[in-house]
Parts: sequence; structure tokens; C-alpha cells
Amino acid sequence: MNRISPRLLSIGCGVVYLFMYAPLLVLMVFSFTPTEYGVAWEGFTLKWYKAVFNNKNIQDALKVSLIIAIPTVLISTAIGTITAFTLYRYKFLGRALYQGALYIPLVMPDLVIGISLLLFYTSIKFELGILTILLAHISFSIPLTTLVIIARMQRIDRTLEDAAMDLGADEWTTMWKVTLPLLKPGILAAALLTFPWSFNDFVITFFVSGVGSSTLPLRVYSMIRLGVSPMVNALGTLIVVVPLIFVIIGTYFDRRSVS
Amino acid sequence: MSPSAFWLLVFTMIPMGIVVYYSFMTRGPWGTIIFEFSLDSYRQVFDPLFLKIMGRSFKLAALTVVICLAAGYLIAYWIAFYGGRRKNLLLFLVILPFWTSYLVRIYAWMTLLSDHGLINTFLTEWGLIDEPLPLLHNQYSVLVGLVYTYLPFMILPLYASLDRLDRSVLEAAADLGATARERFFKVTVPLTKGGILSGSVLVFAPSIGEFLVPELLGGAKAMMVGKFIALKFIGLRHWPLGSAYSLLLLTMILALIYLYMRAGGGKDAYQEQQ
Repeated sequence: MNRISPRLLSIGCGVVYLFMYAPLLVLMVFSFTPTEYGVAWEGFTLKWYKAVFNNKNIQDALKVSLIIAIPTVLISTAIGTITAFTLYRYKFLGRALYQGALYIPLVMPDLVIGISLLLFYTSIKFELGILTILLAHISFSIPLTTLVIIARMQRIDRTLEDAAMDLGADEWTTMWKVTLPLLKPGILAAALLTFPWSFNDFVITFFVSGVGSSTLPLRVYSMIRLGVSPMVNALGTLIVVVPLIFVIIGTYFDRRSVS
Repeated sequence: MSPSAFWLLVFTMIPMGIVVYYSFMTRGPWGTIIFEFSLDSYRQVFDPLFLKIMGRSFKLAALTVVICLAAGYLIAYWIAFYGGRRKNLLLFLVILPFWTSYLVRIYAWMTLLSDHGLINTFLTEWGLIDEPLPLLHNQYSVLVGLVYTYLPFMILPLYASLDRLDRSVLEAAADLGATARERFFKVTVPLTKGGILSGSVLVFAPSIGEFLVPELLGGAKAMMVGKFIALKFIGLRHWPLGSAYSLLLLTMILALIYLYMRAGGGKDAYQEQQ
């Protein structure tokens, strides 16, 4: 049998994984070097991180990002939970269409979403700022939270709900005391995954932000435009690493909610 | 009306309606808009410059699909067949970059490829080159950025269909004398057609409308339609034309998704046969 050797396959995969991770690893390593790029290792420094923490613009942008990401997580998780309940529990006319329409924002290019919101806000004379960004973030996060929660819902053992009803619980009590607790890890996973989804968004935010409402990614973008500085490496490292903590915890709960 | 239906209507449907409305207006002097019905924007769809940029975007998105398919199939196959107990971890490593800042990931490529970037610095220090190689701001750097950004979208559906593949079918093929090559091309590939189709659509759709990759890694020579449209809104302020171009892009993507659904996408090809 002339099958491809697993060894060759592993090497090929190693190259692909390297391609996926090398750029970020290089960025992280060079955020600790004193000069921009020296081939020789010129020592370890934290000065770029200090510069990041002392930068007023970055602090402001971080505040804006959090002011947007936290309500986005709360509101879109709540709406996603209600939507998932509606879609899962009730059969109604046009349910498939509704579910399909809900996922439209997931297939639309971000650019088109951003532009359409820009035209919308301008048309109704809604001044661009934190609020316009927040509303945009909630609308692109709802499909995500709904999707994650529905996926969990489909795995709930429905006989538990039936049992509760048989034992005399009404629909409302069953929902509060049985379904929601079973769903809690899924809801938590949705919330934790929405955080980086909102925090990292660049393209849509770019079009719906106004003067004085730069989020962290928008601030990074303008720093990049001004020229590559090692401070961007440090800031980039922080932006990549910190939200990942949420993703790792979120994935953990997502897993646990399956088993 | 549930809150999500309200949100969908107000923040997706109505804004799209406004884009359609603007696409039928014309531009007045200094970027103002004349609110009178006109087909001007749609006539300019045949502008040779736009067609050229659209053609290039199509080509780059198609190449992205081909490269992602090759690299993605390799990874997905390896995880599904040789992943063993580390399957979940290996898959998690594929998804992880997707949750990190997309802007920072693209910026990371700038620091590798720029004139003073890591690659050029190394090559110069080792005396292999005198002048920095123009690695950034061309179609190749855009292609690298697109593959890098959208590769996870290809790997996941491929893995899903490869993992579900019934191994006994492969054993049967081997018993009947099929060589490894025949088993791969005549059994494995046709049975994972569903994953190949989904992955290709998921990579092609965002690639063709990509804005940030051509913005940061491309230059004037690697303009893509996403950046071209964005310029109509930020720089030149020609909203009616930008709206018409956006709708054209969206229509292309929706048509593609429609074709994919008709080709049996969404369902797994193997399950259908059973």
C-alpha cells in the first residue's frame, strides 16, 4: 500500500500551525526588545509596556472599548437567550425564515454592515459616538449568542422538563427551575465569547464611530498608520492575550455544558 | 415582536433599505447628494477601473480558497485520522486565533514583511540581500493576509465531514484493491464534498469583500473591491456610487450562497447517500 506517510503529514501540519502562530509569537517576542528590530537579542525590557500603561490615549480608548463591550455582552446574551427560547420552544409561522434572517449579519461582509449603519445613522441624524457603536455591536452579537445558546438547547434532555411538568410544575417554574439552570453553562459561554467578539471588532466600528469615541482597535489602527512603533507590539500583545483568557474560560464552560 | 426581530429590522433591514435608496441618488458638488431618482450609479458599475478591481478581488478570493483548501485539508485530515486523544486540543488551536484581534494579527504580518521587518532585517544582516525586498504592499502580501485570516473557516467544516467519514468504507475500498491515491480521490474526497463546499463558501465570501487586509497589506497595486468601496465613503464621499457597489458585492455573495444551497450545501453529502 502506497499510503502517505503520517510522518510527512505531521511535518506539513507543523508548517501550517507555524504559519498560524508565528506572526503573533514574533510580535510578542519583539514587544520585549529595546530597539525595534535587531537580529541580535539586545536584552529584555518592559519599557514599551510602561509606555502603553502611561499613555492617556490608550487608557481612554480602553475605557471606551469596555463601556461598549460590557453592555454588549449583557444585552446581546439576554436577547440571544430569549430568541433561542422562542425558536426552540414555539413552532410558529415563518420560524425557519426568522432563523435564516437572524443569521444574515453573519454572511454579510463587515464592510457592508458598517456602511449600511453609517448611512442609517446619518439619515436619521443620529450623532456618531459611543451609543452608535454600542447599538451596532449588539446587533452583530445577537446572531452569535443565539447560535451558541441554541446549540446547547438542542442537547438538553427534554424528558427532564416533561418530568417537572408531570410533577406539577407550571411552564414558568419549569423554565426557571429546570431549563435555565441546565442552560446556564451555554449562556455563560455565549457571554464570554461575545466579549472578544465586541472588544476586537474593527471594520464595523470604524464606520460608525465619531470624534472622541475611538475604541482600542481604532486607536491601534491610527498608531499603525502613523508608523510601526514597538509600543504597538506591546499593546498588540496585550490585546491578543487578555481577551483570550475569556475565550479559554468560555470554551471550558461550552465543553462542560455538552457533557 | 421579540427583541431580536426588532433589532434585526432596525439595525439590519432598514439600513440595507437605505443603502438601496442611496444607490438610486446622484452626487452633487462637494460630496453632497441630490435626492432625485437616477440610475447613474448603476451605469458606472461598468466603469473599467471598477471591473478591473472586481476581477482582481475575485481572483484573489479564489486563490485564497484554493490555498486554504490545500492547507486546510491537510490539517483537518491529520486531526481527524491521527489526532488521537489530542484532537480537541489541536482543533482548539485552530479556532483560537479567530477569537484574537483580527487587526493585530494583520498588523503582525506588517511587522514581518515591511522593509524594516523581521524577514528583510535577517536577510540583510546575513548579507543575502543589499536592498530590502518589496514584500509588503503587493498582491502576494494580500493573499498571505487573506489565507491567514480565513484558514480556520476552511478547517472546521472540513474536519466535521472528515471526522464523520465512515472508516469501513475506506477499508472496503482497500480490500477491493484500491491504492491509497485512489482511495483518497475516489472515496475520501467525494464523501467530504459537503465540507469542501461549506469551507469554500465560508472563505470566499468574506475574502472577496475584505477591507482591512488590502488596506494594511496591499497598496495601490493590490486594491480590492472592499477598500475601493470604503474609499467612496471616507475619502471621496460618493455615497450613491459606494452604495451601488456595496449592493453589487452583497448580491454576488448571496448568489453564491444560493448556488451553494442548491448544490446540496448545508447537508452532508455522505448522509444524503445513506
